[in-house]
Order: sequence, then C-alpha cells, then structure tokens
Amino acid sequence: MFGYYLDLAVHSLKRNKVLTGLMVLAIAMGIGASMTTLTVLHVLSGDPLPGRSGSLYTPQIDPLDLNNYAPGVEPPDQLSWIDGNYLLKAKRATRQALMTEGMVPLQPAQPSIDPFHAVALYTTADFFPMFGVPFQYGNGWGNADDDAKARVVVISAKLNDKLFGGKNSVGKELRLQEKAFRIIGVLGDWHPQPHFYQLYMGSYADDEDIFVPFFTSRDLHMEHDGSTDCWGNSGGDPNNLEHVNCTWLQFWVQLDTPQAVAAYKSFLVNYSQEQHDNGRFARSPNVRLRNVMQWLDYQQVVPSDTRLQAWLAISFLVVCLVNTVGLMLAKFMRRAGELSVRRALGASQRALFGQLLMESGIVGCVGGVAGLLLALLGLWLVRQQPADYAKIAHMDASMLVVTFALSICASLLAGLLPAWRACRVTPALQLKAN
Amino acid sequence: MSLHPILAALRKHKAGVVLIALQIALTLAIVCNAVFIIYSRVEKVNRPTGIDESNLLLITQQWVGAPSMDTPAGVQQLDSMLRQDLDTLRRMPDVMSVSSITSLPLLNSSWVGGVSLTPGAQTPGKNDIHTAMYFGDDQMVGTLGLQMVEGRNFNASEITNKGMRDQTEPSIVIVTQDLAKRLFPHGSAVGKVVYFDGGNAPSTIIGVVKRMQTPAVGWGDNFTWYSTLMPTRINATFSRYIVRTRPGQLDAVAHHVATALYNSNPLRVIDDDDGIKRFSDIRADAYRADIGMAVLMGVVCLILLAVTAAGIVGLTSFWVGQRHRQIGVRRALGARKIDILHYFQLENLMIAGAGALIGIALAVGLNRLLMSKFEMDSMPVYYVLVGLAVVMLLGQVAVFVPARRASNVPPVVATRSV
Repeated sequence: MFGYYLDLAVHSLKRNKVLTGLMVLAIAMGIGASMTTLTVLHVLSGDPLPGRSGSLYTPQIDPLDLNNYAPGVEPPDQLSWIDGNYLLKAKRATRQALMTEGMVPLQPAQPSIDPFHAVALYTTADFFPMFGVPFQYGNGWGNADDDAKARVVVISAKLNDKLFGGKNSVGKELRLQEKAFRIIGVLGDWHPQPHFYQLYMGSYADDEDIFVPFFTSRDLHMEHDGSTDCWGNSGGDPNNLEHVNCTWLQFWVQLDTPQAVAAYKSFLVNYSQEQHDNGRFARSPNVRLRNVMQWLDYQQVVPSDTRLQAWLAISFLVVCLVNTVGLMLAKFMRRAGELSVRRALGASQRALFGQLLMESGIVGCVGGVAGLLLALLGLWLVRQQPADYAKIAHMDASMLVVTFALSICASLLAGLLPAWRACRVTPALQLKAN
Repeated sequence: MSLHPILAALRKHKAGVVLIALQIALTLAIVCNAVFIIYSRVEKVNRPTGIDESNLLLITQQWVGAPSMDTPAGVQQLDSMLRQDLDTLRRMPDVMSVSSITSLPLLNSSWVGGVSLTPGAQTPGKNDIHTAMYFGDDQMVGTLGLQMVEGRNFNASEITNKGMRDQTEPSIVIVTQDLAKRLFPHGSAVGKVVYFDGGNAPSTIIGVVKRMQTPAVGWGDNFTWYSTLMPTRINATFSRYIVRTRPGQLDAVAHHVATALYNSNPLRVIDDDDGIKRFSDIRADAYRADIGMAVLMGVVCLILLAVTAAGIVGLTSFWVGQRHRQIGVRRALGARKIDILHYFQLENLMIAGAGALIGIALAVGLNRLLMSKFEMDSMPVYYVLVGLAVVMLLGQVAVFVPARRASNVPPVVATRSV
C-alpha cells in the first residue's frame, strides 16, 4: 500500500510542476530561515561544560552601601578583594577558584616574533580540576604555588603553536612583563562557549592565552582589565584594589549535592550577617548562588538581536505554512474528479486521506532537504559576520534531526486540512457533474 | 458591479478565502514591524557623531618597558614620550593636525563619569548625570572638527598632564550643548562650575560644542550626547593619537605612520589589526550588527511578499480553472472580458481588504509584544497604513495574471461539455 501511495503521489506531484515547486520552495524557505536562527540561538544558549555545569556555582554577596538600595535588589556580579579572599580561604566547597582577567606584555624569546599583549586569566589552583580543563602537556599548579606566589604559567594550545610550534614546552621559560615564568602546562582543546566564568571580555570571546597564579599577578602588579565597580567615595585606584570598596573578582565553587548547595548558601548568609553586625556591610544579608546555566540566563548572554531574529524566522515559517496549506488545498480540490473515481471504485475515505497525506509528506521531505541546504547556507552567512559569536554557529546532530522533524511535521500539518476536505468528496455528485 | 454574486461565490470557498486572508494578515503584521525595525536601525546608523568624520585616523600604541604611571617621575617620562610622538606625527607630510586623545565617538572604549552641580556628590547617586570624558590637548577640538557654539577652545598653556590613575579633575572643561542644557536649563553654561565623579575640586565650563557622541555602542543610551572634553594629556603605558590628514591623503598617511613612529621610538607595539584605524572603519565596526539586522529584515520582507504573491496566484489560478465553465456561461450571456477581469480583481480586493483589517490588529499586537520583550519604540500609525496599501497592491498585481486568463475564456466553453 505504501509503495502504491508513493507512486501515486509522485505522479500527481509531477503533473503540476510549478505548483509543487512553489510548495517545496515555501517550506524550504520557512525551514531554512527558522533553522538558521534557531541553530544560532541553540549554540549561543548552549551548556559550556556539559555534565559539569550543574554543580558549578558562583556566589554573589552584597557589600554595597545604602545608596540606591531597595529590598530584593540584585547583589553585584563580582566580589571585592576582602570577600573573595575570605571565601577562597574558607574552603567550604569541594573546590573553589578566584579569578580575574588582564592583559600582560609578553616578550617572546624568538626575535622573529614581535612582543605582544597576551590575554591572561589570573586564577587559583582549583580552576583546572574544577572546570575539567584538559592538558596536552604538563599540569596546572597546586595550592602551594598559589601560596608561594610562584612564577609559573599555563599556556593555551594556540599560544604553544605560535611560540613553540606545538611541541612540548613544559619547563621552558616565558617572559611576562619582563619577569621570567616557567611553563608548567599546555592546555588541550578547551573552548567553553559561552565564556561563562569571565563574561566581561565578551560572552563568546576568544579564550585566554595564558593562565597565571592569581596572587603572583597581584604581587607583580599585573594589569587588571574588565569591569571594576566601586561604591562610596573611595575611587577605583587600580593599583590599590586590595584596599578599596570595589568589586572586581569572579569566584566559582563546585558543590556536588543539594545539601552542599543549601549549606553553602547559609554560609554566605551567615558571613553577610557577621559583616553586617561588624558594620562592614551596610545592607542586611543579600546573597545569590547561581549555577552556570542560571548565571548565563541572569546575565542575558544571548544577544537580544538573535532572539528577535528567531522570533522573526518562526513567524516567517508560519506564513510559509499557511501559504502551503492554501496551495495544497488548491491542488487537492482540483483533483476531485480523480478522487471520486477512486471512491466509486471502492477506495475508502481513509485510503484517500492516507494517499493525500503521503503527497504532502513528500513535499515536506523535499522541502526539508532544500531547507537544510538553505540553513547551511544561512549559517555560513552568519559565520561571515564579525560578531564574536559568529564563528561558533554550526549545525549539530540534534539540530539536524529537529530540522527534518520540523519540516515533515509542518508539511503533514499543512496537508491535514486540504486532505480532509478533499477526501470528503461525494463521488456520485462529482461523477455526474463531469 | 454588484458585490452579491462575489460574496455568494466566496461562501463556497471558505477555506481558500480564509487562508489567503490569513496569509495577507500575517504578512502585513510581519512586514510592518520588520520595516519599522529597519527604519529604527537606519536612523540610528545615520545620525551624525558631531565630529568631521572624513580624513581621520586613530592610532593606538603601547610602549614596551614603559616607566610606571604611578610615580611622578614615571608620569613625566611617559609624557615626554607622548609629546615626542605628537611631534613626530605633526611633522609627517600631509598631516593637518594631531592631538592626543583617550577615545572617539563609536569606539566603544570609554571613560564614563558622573557630573553634578554640587561638590562631593555620592558617585552612584540617583540624580547623577553620566558623561563620557575625552582627554586631549588644545588641538583636540580642531582635529575632530567640532563646532564651538559658545565660549572658547583650550589654549596651549592650559593643557596639563596626569597619570591615568590620578584622580585630580581639570579646572576647565568643554561640554556638549546637550549636556550644557541638561546641567543649566536656563541661561548659558559658560563660566559655570561643575564637579566630576563626586570630587570637591570645581571645574569651570569655558566652552560649549554643538554635538559630540559618546564612545558607547549598544549601551548608555541615556547619555549618548553628554560628552565632556578635558584639557589633559593622559599618561599611561599606552597612548592614542587622533590625526587629521589632508583630503585624499588618508591612505598614504595610514601607510607610513607606523614606520614614522617606530623610527622615532622602536620600543613600542602597534597592533596590526587595531593599531591604526580610519574613522570610517570605527563607524562600520560600531554599526555592523545594526546594518546586518536591517539587511536581514529587508530580505525577509521581500521573500515574504513574494511567497504571499505566489500563494494568491496559485489559489486564484485554481479558482479560475474550477469556474472555467461558469465564466464561459457569463461570457455567452453578454459579459465583456473586462467584466470577468474586474470580477476577479474585486474578489481579491475584498479578500485582501478583510485580511488587511485583521493584519492591522496583528501588526499593532506584534509591535506591543516586541516592545515588551525587546527594547523597541511604539510603531507610528502610518507604517500600518503604508503596509495596508502595499499588501492591497500586491494582491492586485498577483491576481492580474490569473484574472486575465479568466477573461480570455471564450464564450463557446459554455456550450461544450468538459
């Protein structure tokens, strides 16, 4: 039966090439446009560390004064020096890392490469195991290196390729800000997108070139980039960030169980209460503890233009579908004569319905394939854009499946009403009229 | 022509009529909103920054092994390096004027502070006015081509220098007209005193420029035109210079400027990509996303109109085929070709009109929805009216071909059995 319907459907579609072409084109454009934008949205709102992100949390506490205070106001996104250090030293989580970003002048040993500024992450030892960072050569540093303000550095695979031609560079020297650092590790392929732990350099920015122990960076007065939010009248003297009322540090913790999350939250509340009682915090305890996905959602990392485009593309798909329903209706109703002959010869309504749906299903399949090609073209166009997220816009397996499912569902849906109308022809009336 | 037969015929094709009307309604709603988005983006991109944008070159460089910017001796050493660069640039052929500068409109690298009429105002105070600060020397106003509307420019003798982290405020400043009006709604701002960043040191406004945009792109919309010019060379491990070249010599200067600077002092880094930028590139970078969005919206509108037109052609063709015989009968009974043509045109006008009426409601609803979800303004009524005219016209154009085919049905069809 299936083969017979298929045969009939192909015959009927061939008979009216222009109309068939229009339907396929309408479905293909709707699918192509919506899949392009949905893929971009899917990639941008993806999980940067699948499997791990659920147990990674970033605490926010509120050390601000009473200016602009209203109950329920969000605490600042970052931590001050005092609070960050306290939370780091308290070690209340399985793992914890304090971090901030900066640009460091790098003087390559090779005379052929000009000195340049490397994007650096200043962080503490747990960063690497907590985020599951893979190493090509060597390892990260340990707590002892943090305490000793050791002059060690971990470099990215990209920088290793640039400076050492991709060879094992562990143990070699790297000159940063005119000081000698020893390379102890080279990262493997690691590009979390969005760049969740440091959103201030761009949500989908390039990864860091070098990783330097946090306390070493402060010891050597390495430049701090990124936002520094100050309150009161202290001013934001960047040389003196240890002693001013500014938030400028990011802090992430690993909490493996719901109990640990609850315990950590109450620890934050207790700390805030204590600081409030001491008079350091003007506000009563105001804390948040968000995991990676909640944090990305709160920070609204997905650009609003991308969301707007997705809305636009989906409404475009709706118009294309309405259009296809109309064309399909015209096509099926025109065949009332043929259908009534089949009815008169004993085909049931259900059989006709199945045959017509098969026809719309084929339109959907062909439209889906064409739409997929259009979506691939669309994504290629997106990648040519200069936005920092553009280069990660690729179709993945799940979106491929969604594309096909969407196009076949869409065309079957579009075929339902016309097929139902057409299979209800009254054979006697039609045959007599002809 | 009476409408009654048309209505009676349409009643027999409810599904098709509803589908065309729905499609027209959705098309109208989407196209109106998309065109409105295009217009908002284009309007944003086309607004002048207030500076004379042609023949401007921005140079950003970093010194290698620079002295500390936090000791007085280091600052003076950095300043002499900066003045040496200014001198080098000013002596280049085809360069008209040069100033040190900290940022430019649309550069998206800004120095934002608060300005108030009282000393020691709390920095994040509710009534604080944000302003973007541009630090440069006496050549800054001339090099940027800013238009002074009141007061005077800085003198060479009034220019000071300070380390980047030095918090002292200059004793004189120039502000934009918008900021002057905001601070002093009544009367002239020239000679008046303001305080920056909650400090206690007064700064006197000595001049007002007509217009100058802030460097912010995509944020800071509440102070886009509130800029302040400061007579200060900022000394840091990096420096920026704005260069105005003779007309037509921009490329030549851009090509030679890195060599000239390296020759005068090789201990520096000028980035290959961002070190030397024409203002036209800065503008293109700043608005690329907006232009991309406008183009995308435009393409979607065109495809949408084409799809809708194709849908109308398809369904009307079907109706013409279906009514082949009836048309023959009408022709045989004396209807002229033009009557048949008008019949289909009028029929389309009624369907499209009904669809467009629903579409107006949808368009306004969609606009409200977008306003609640995205930063968007309310759409003026004439967009909907123009959209209405466009879809009605589209319907008439699309229906013309099948309607003409219908009018060409010969009367003899009536006597034939199919």
